[in-house]
Amino acid sequence: MIRFKVNGKEKSFDGDPDMPLLWYLRDVAELTGTKFGCGMALCGACTVHQNGAAIRSCTTPMKEVGGAEITTIEGIAPMHPVQKAWMEIRVPQCGYCQTGQIMQAIALLKENKNPSDLEIDTAMSGNLCRCGTYQRIRAAIHQAAKETA
Amino acid sequence: MNTIESVSRRVFLRGALVGGAFVLSARLIPEKLWAAEGEAAAAPFEPSLWMSIAPDGTVTIVAHRSEMGCGSRTALPLVVADELDAEWSRVKIEQAIGDPKYGEQDTDGSHSVRSNFDLMRQVGATGRMMLISAAAAQWGVSPGDCTTEPHFVVHRGSGRKLGYGEVAAAAAKLPVPKKEDVPLKDRSQWRYIGKEKNSLFDLPEIVTGKAIFGMDATMPGMVYASIEHPPVLGQKIKSYDDKAALKVPGVQKTLTMETFKPPHLFQPLGGVAVIADNTWAAFKGRKSLKIDWDNSPHSVYNSGPFRKTLETTSRQPGKVVRNVGDVDVAFAKAAETGGKIIEAEYYTPHLAHVSMEPPVAVVEYRDGKVLAWAPTQNPQAVQETIAGVLGIKKEDVTCHVTLLGGGFGRKSKPDQVAEAAVLSKQLGKPVKVVWSREDDIHFDYFHSVAAMYMKAAIGPDGRPTAWLQRTVYPPIASTFDATARYADDEMGLGWNNLPFDIANHRAENGPADYHVRIGWLRSVANVYHAFAIHSFADELAHNARKDSVQYLLDLIGPARIVNLDAKGDDAQDALKYPLDTARLRRVVEIVAEKSGWAKRSADKGKGRGMGIAAHRSFLTYVATVVEVELDNRGQVHIPNVWTAVDAGTVVSPDNIRNQFEGAAVFGTSLALFSEITATNGMIDQSNFNNHQITRMNRAPRHVDVHIVQSEAPPAGVGEPGVPPFAPALFNAVFAATGKRVRELPLSKTKLV
Repeated sequence: MIRFKVNGKEKSFDGDPDMPLLWYLRDVAELTGTKFGCGMALCGACTVHQNGAAIRSCTTPMKEVGGAEITTIEGIAPMHPVQKAWMEIRVPQCGYCQTGQIMQAIALLKENKNPSDLEIDTAMSGNLCRCGTYQRIRAAIHQAAKETA
Repeated sequence: MNTIESVSRRVFLRGALVGGAFVLSARLIPEKLWAAEGEAAAAPFEPSLWMSIAPDGTVTIVAHRSEMGCGSRTALPLVVADELDAEWSRVKIEQAIGDPKYGEQDTDGSHSVRSNFDLMRQVGATGRMMLISAAAAQWGVSPGDCTTEPHFVVHRGSGRKLGYGEVAAAAAKLPVPKKEDVPLKDRSQWRYIGKEKNSLFDLPEIVTGKAIFGMDATMPGMVYASIEHPPVLGQKIKSYDDKAALKVPGVQKTLTMETFKPPHLFQPLGGVAVIADNTWAAFKGRKSLKIDWDNSPHSVYNSGPFRKTLETTSRQPGKVVRNVGDVDVAFAKAAETGGKIIEAEYYTPHLAHVSMEPPVAVVEYRDGKVLAWAPTQNPQAVQETIAGVLGIKKEDVTCHVTLLGGGFGRKSKPDQVAEAAVLSKQLGKPVKVVWSREDDIHFDYFHSVAAMYMKAAIGPDGRPTAWLQRTVYPPIASTFDATARYADDEMGLGWNNLPFDIANHRAENGPADYHVRIGWLRSVANVYHAFAIHSFADELAHNARKDSVQYLLDLIGPARIVNLDAKGDDAQDALKYPLDTARLRRVVEIVAEKSGWAKRSADKGKGRGMGIAAHRSFLTYVATVVEVELDNRGQVHIPNVWTAVDAGTVVSPDNIRNQFEGAAVFGTSLALFSEITATNGMIDQSNFNNHQITRMNRAPRHVDVHIVQSEAPPAGVGEPGVPPFAPALFNAVFAATGKRVRELPLSKTKLV
């Protein structure tokens, strides 16, 4: 039995320990804000926080989340300054990758209160957006940084 | 009226459509009135089909186009709300199921707003007029003495007000006014159309993770399926062993799926489906399948040799699709008089759509009827495809449309929805089919590989006296007719409508065989056509030692309506949207000014340069300037992109800027990185490690979009930003390096 927390709630899991956290969240816990995009940690759509740090849930097996605090987009109290900036800059097009982008951005701003363009690019280049909203993502992160400063 | 009876449908859905547009209490205008114009011609005008007003004033507007990121689901209801004079915060949007009563619903071709703008205005304006009449009757005054402010009818003389919800029931009992009696707002009165403040209706749900995409749809009691498809198109199963797969925890069973009979259309590909308790178990079980496949005629497909075949064909005369003057005489004359002849060949590879959400669908088959939830661009194609595959009536297929995690044309093809229907019928329970990223890349309806041959005779002034262009690729028609070898609709996508002022011009198309499924991808054939045409135009400018912008304006020639001999666009479009070179010239001039072309472009070479291309597609005029910088490893960076857009009347300017910013990133992907190849009929790429799309660190640093103010009818915005991007970028690379690269993607060419 694997015990852990999701968005502050105690959870346990006794299924296939190889099951990635992503599929536990989506198919078992029915938290579908975390998205499937590649299954190989190449696109970032599945980004959640493990003990506050951004991880790719699609390549994190359940056997590695024992004792961890997992936070998904559903565990972020709206409107977080990052979500607010996303709304004001009107970042999304289709929106599918944006929860992963937002989770990555929140983790970035936790570590770096005022990231430069280069630091944003470095932190965010693992998160793909096929609609191409990168310019607005960068602007929204700057705006959220200002807001939280 | 061809509506399915709404009560029986609701029963069938078992409550799935709670709060749907058909169950609201005060329906406005329940009669059919007139046929809509244009592509929505199949839809009767029935305001009650499109909107309703509840007694509490909630206005529900039906979105009949799919939302894949282009903003259609927001834009059309905004138009209704504007003419209705509704308060946007009191508007709900109800996504339509697939049903011909809405007219055509395929959200592609950048035409949602273009084809429905007038109809949506009429719907809103009719509702507003009836609300005014109802309020006026209640007050005993003339409707002419009344007006509206958002969500209220106001009597001018007394200042009395009645809320829309208060008069909706009375309004619903009134006769429907005739179209010619319904006044539309003057542009100056628009509250939403063309305004900066508009944002996506679904924005709050998107940023909080509550938005429901196809991947998030569920049905009670559903099972999950992952399908091992034939690696080569058309292969059938010889034998298979599922013993190991069945031992994987959570795997319930496997089912074989029949391989389609050509043409493949949107039919399931065939293969072995692993049915499981959850997505992961289905994926894992699949890895343990052992399948022996038979041969397919498409096993011969190898991208290297195929390229040579296309290029050889492109050097032979093809089918003439547009002919002006006589290029043969002009080339002969040039040869006699020692005039210069310039030839060039261009090549572009297959591309994959790779929407961030892979294909997915949840379907239940029960008692001869089908209920589907899918991220589809075309719910009526879901109905038709499932009906065809299962041998039932399409009216017995109900397709709900979720949000789409990207589409780009891939999700106009509902093969994965049909797969889920086939499996659900066999299993007797709802099935969710989930494609992996590898499935998505291996089994796409690919953007076609293409070869273009260009030839021009150059006069003493450096201008072309003759221009021949030939294009060759497996056509999209091969998806519908296995014998099709020539392009069809692709010709209108930037090939038979060259807007240049050249006395002798011929456009041709050569034949090619298909070996993979070919389909539409954002801006479709405009991608390769624009790449060849606008690269070649820049080559001629350089040959003439002229500035690229000045040369381009000279090629476009004087302001005029280009005579396309009814070949360039379809007949209706040609009348309503004539190819107007004044508009094309204007976007070129604007982008040159905004980019500081005159100054900045002079500072070229030494690894820095700017390039331009201007292309009209989906009836929108676009000119793009791309600036590049090369680092010491020869890697291209894009500090700036400037785009000028004339899309006629626009609904949401900020959304349009977002579309064109995104098009620059999409364009960067295909220009710099993306390529799909095949070996022995199998696709070589599989995921984002070996099929690259643009990441933030390689995306254009700054994209500046300038929208031309226009009162022309609305044109497309989802796709037209893509075509000019690659040629503008490659022209910039030439300016920076002196190297003329004639094939996509740039990553295949070493620049230093």
